[in-house]
Amino acid sequence: MKKFLAMLLAVVMLLALVACGGGNNDSQGSGGTQPSEPAGGNQPSEPAGDSQPSEPADSGEAVTIKVGGIGPLTGSTAVYGVATQRGAQIAVDEINALGGSVRLEYDFQDDANTTETAVAAYNNLKDWGVQVIYGCTTTGPCVAVASETYADRYFQLTPSASSPDVTDGKDNVFQMCFTDPGQGMTAANYVKDNALAAKVGVIYNNGDSYSTGIAQGFIAQAKEAGLEVVTEQTFPADTNTDFNVQLSACKDAGAELVFMPIYYTPASLILAQANQMGYAPIFFGGDGMDGILAIEGFDTSLAEGLILLTPFDAAATDERTSGFVSKYNELYGETPNQFAADGYDCMYAIYNACQQIDGIADMDNAALCDALIGVFTSGSFSVDGLTGSGMTWTANGEVSKEAMVLTVKNGAYAH
Amino acid sequence: MSFLNNLITGVSLGGIYAIIALGYTMVYGIAKMLNFAHGDVIMVGAYVCFFAVSSFQLPPAAGVLLAMALCTVLGVVIERLAYKPLRQATSLAVLITAIGVSYFLQNGAQILWGAAPKSFPSFFSFGGSNSVSLFDGGLNISYAAMVTVAACLVIMAALTFFTGKTKLGKAMRACSEDKGAAQLMGINVNATISMTFAIGSALAAVAGVLMCSAYPTLGPTTGSLPGIKAFTAAVFGGIGSIPGAFLGGILLGIIETFAKAYISTDLSDAVVFAVLIVVLLVKPSGLLGRYVPEKV
Repeated sequence: MKKFLAMLLAVVMLLALVACGGGNNDSQGSGGTQPSEPAGGNQPSEPAGDSQPSEPADSGEAVTIKVGGIGPLTGSTAVYGVATQRGAQIAVDEINALGGSVRLEYDFQDDANTTETAVAAYNNLKDWGVQVIYGCTTTGPCVAVASETYADRYFQLTPSASSPDVTDGKDNVFQMCFTDPGQGMTAANYVKDNALAAKVGVIYNNGDSYSTGIAQGFIAQAKEAGLEVVTEQTFPADTNTDFNVQLSACKDAGAELVFMPIYYTPASLILAQANQMGYAPIFFGGDGMDGILAIEGFDTSLAEGLILLTPFDAAATDERTSGFVSKYNELYGETPNQFAADGYDCMYAIYNACQQIDGIADMDNAALCDALIGVFTSGSFSVDGLTGSGMTWTANGEVSKEAMVLTVKNGAYAH
Repeated sequence: MSFLNNLITGVSLGGIYAIIALGYTMVYGIAKMLNFAHGDVIMVGAYVCFFAVSSFQLPPAAGVLLAMALCTVLGVVIERLAYKPLRQATSLAVLITAIGVSYFLQNGAQILWGAAPKSFPSFFSFGGSNSVSLFDGGLNISYAAMVTVAACLVIMAALTFFTGKTKLGKAMRACSEDKGAAQLMGINVNATISMTFAIGSALAAVAGVLMCSAYPTLGPTTGSLPGIKAFTAAVFGGIGSIPGAFLGGILLGIIETFAKAYISTDLSDAVVFAVLIVVLLVKPSGLLGRYVPEKV
């Protein structure tokens, strides 16, 4: 029996290697930090293939800062982790090609959206000699890693973990995305100011702190603003597929607008099922809705009239956005979503801040952490990125930037 | 009216569980092992059909047949590589291996096809609409749900006939009762079990296509939660019993939907499992399961 087990394990490992070998040849190009076997996501993977400096003209006395990213590259939230990994990779390549005084060395570890794996990934990064933590992509793991980085004094910037719990009481953690309650309040004010509806229904994922946080912010602000919240419907996980009950409840309560602060995968099902039952309220989503039009095979007519709040519009025509989008498309064969753009902006924020620090070459992680906190909260530090211009940070780590409200018209975003 | 609508939603959801549960129960009934990778074979089947139809422009029927063929091969290969060497091992070892295969398929699918979800095309629409509307839109029944329930009934009848009346089916039942004795009677046990996996995996492909037609998002983890729910349905109806899988699936779907509608959307899964526990306390072999006393 032992022999059989050993043989079986050998076969599985061989298959895993073959499968990965095949996978890396395709459009993933420089993504190369896919874990090399499915069951053990927490062993260190090789640093991303192209993080070595791409031969800048003037090498001079450049300082290399090791930035370690954490996010889900496998599992049901992999789509967000992969986006943050790739968006940041593009920024790192650009920064290193500039040949400035600061270079970035970049590694990204899989956390499979679980807290234990995230902490293990963080420990791997520490062994690698990380100096700045970029991540995590999702809130749950980010809260766990943030308490570690707070104790160990590493500077941490998350692209997309938007709960206030992430930064609460930790001076070293900063966010690139809106906070959840803030986003919900902005959405409620928008509904009120534009007189979109008097009766609103809310459908949210109460197993997810992102979704719950926005929903609660929205509901509180909506009541304040005199909107009538006729029903609050929940579902427990993004893997749920049937929303007929929740939609019927909204329909029966007479909701003219349904606020859905959820990710686009369940949202695409909700839109299809609402269409099937002949229910057509205004659907309104948060930044997690961004990406819905890019689902392969999705009938975009279902999303007609959908309103969403997002900091990033991939169809924008400014030079920087279009350059990023075409680069992303060329490397990875898809249009980047908001997560990729947040990741890109994070790297530039770290780079810009590092440039302002004197004597960075001799700093250990604790000194660098304090120096970066000083820069981020200095008041004069602002970053122009893909997800906003003139972004600044408050002392509690929240970003301040403009939200963009987009409406889906003829299968594309419109302002 | 809303009661009827909830009932229809429940039956549609239950039909999906039932069709997956049929595959589970088939493999368990014959090979006496829980193939936890079944849900992921469903996902592979759905992907194959998706690419056949959207990238190679094949007609849906050809896509389904191709998915069935490839899943059959996949099922047999999995059985040969992962389960056959463990035929003499404890059932726990096989169970853990099945979970390993499940993760392997999920991660393999992510490497091959990416993590981003795909939207499955709707095969069952007539005249631009994919559901029948009764009572001025008060009641909606989707074609996908009707096809799923019909397919369940056909598959259930075919499997019952196959295991009950054909020679190969007889061999399967013999293996299920006593592998050793079956071998002594000249039945090729390995070939019979492979055959079971082939049939189970072909059913998985059909289930995958029907599931994604009803709930059109497709990602690497699409099969895992429905797989677990369907396993529950199979246990509920009596694992190993073919009509039990159907009954269990439909009931599970109805209970889940009613729990969502009338008790709480948060507690629906808890209610489903509470019902399961009560049923198993009263009837440990499930609703239609046969209680087989252990002979010593």
